[in-house]
Amino acid sequence: MRHLMSPLDFTREELEQLMDLADDIKNHPDNYADKCHGKKLATCFYEPSTRTRLSFESAMLSLGGSVLGFSSADSSSAAKGESVSDTIRIISSYADICAMRHPKEGAPLVASQRSLIPVINAGDGGHQHPTQTLTDLFTIRSLRGEIKDLTIGLCGDLKFGRTVHSLINALVRYPGIKFVLISPEELRVPEYIREDVLEKNGYDYKEVDSLDDVMGELDILYMTRVQKERFFNEEDYIRLKDFFILTPEKMHLAKKDMMVLHPLPRVNEISVDVDDDPRAMYFTQAKYGVFIRMALILTLLELV
Amino acid sequence: MLNISGIHQGFVLDHIKAGESMTIYNNLHLANLGSDCTVAMIMNAKSNKMGRKDIIKIECPIERVDLDILGFIDHNITCNIIKDDAIVEKRQLSLPKEIKNVISCKNPRCISTVEQELDQIFILTDPENEVYRCKYCEEKYTGSK
Ligand SMILES: [Zn+2]
Repeated sequence: MRHLMSPLDFTREELEQLMDLADDIKNHPDNYADKCHGKKLATCFYEPSTRTRLSFESAMLSLGGSVLGFSSADSSSAAKGESVSDTIRIISSYADICAMRHPKEGAPLVASQRSLIPVINAGDGGHQHPTQTLTDLFTIRSLRGEIKDLTIGLCGDLKFGRTVHSLINALVRYPGIKFVLISPEELRVPEYIREDVLEKNGYDYKEVDSLDDVMGELDILYMTRVQKERFFNEEDYIRLKDFFILTPEKMHLAKKDMMVLHPLPRVNEISVDVDDDPRAMYFTQAKYGVFIRMALILTLLELV
Repeated sequence: MLNISGIHQGFVLDHIKAGESMTIYNNLHLANLGSDCTVAMIMNAKSNKMGRKDIIKIECPIERVDLDILGFIDHNITCNIIKDDAIVEKRQLSLPKEIKNVISCKNPRCISTVEQELDQIFILTDPENEVYRCKYCEEKYTGSK
């Protein structure tokens, strides 16, 4: 039995297989509509994340399975002090597979050690969120044909943004990827990403502090939220935020076939005026997130 | 120097940094060795090499002590294994691949800070730089040993 804790749990070959499957599901959804008939997915969400939970539920329902679960710690046994290990043992007798979201880092791993069913990490604190990374990779591969020879701009809060760290870790396994890291000085990627991941692997990267300067170079622009509370003061926030907000004017500077991704939800870092630009792919990305989760559920349940 | 009689079977841990012997006593769980065992701790002994050092002598069946953790605490410790009143081996200490229930995770967001009866496990992720990371949250261990 296999679990998914980190996007690096899969080898590159396994990832390709998973994405091939997701591709086939995307093209022939009817062939998969009954694959999980009689199977149940438990969504154990110790903190609310409506988008992620609905994406998992939609995936399971599209496979003909059913779903059960909880969506906050206070409605669950955790409020009564039950350990994650105990909860998963119980869930193991109610469901066939579990997607777990938890504010504590490592909680899904602890669950997987005692679980009788496959556990998917649906986000654990600031640690990992592998299905987001799989979604990002699948979106890039689907829209570009392959993950290769791309200049990828990552913009926003690169210091605390777990999706960004996870994506960088996954992308360094592919050839010809150049990284452009766009953020205010205060929110640059942590040292370990720079040293242990990028420099150690000889990756081409640069750090800049304005979107305008690099828009024309990018094949992909991955936007993330810049939260106000990350700044030391209001002044800094107001001074800097415009450098990192994507507007139609900035889109004029971009390549014709550039694509904009965002893990969503957004706050104001992408102006809604950009939504109708054909290069804005973040809603498509959310849709692809369902296909890759369907492929993941089938794979972990060994139904392929 | 204080005299402590020789050992028939057991260990002599020498060249322990002065003041560290109590930590080692605790981490090797020497208090729980059994009633047939004796532990002698010599603290602040003179040493040509180190100025001052601690020494621990343990009289016990040699399979009773798991020395792996010593490598993590300080791999400069000399570990002599004694059998039939003679040193039969000078064990080379190496970094253990995994450390269980010796150090705990300092990351307040880590599940190990709240989950009951969970083993505190650290994994050696970078032997060259002696980096251990929490098995659960992957936070680097930075505390003093
Ligand atoms: Zn930890």
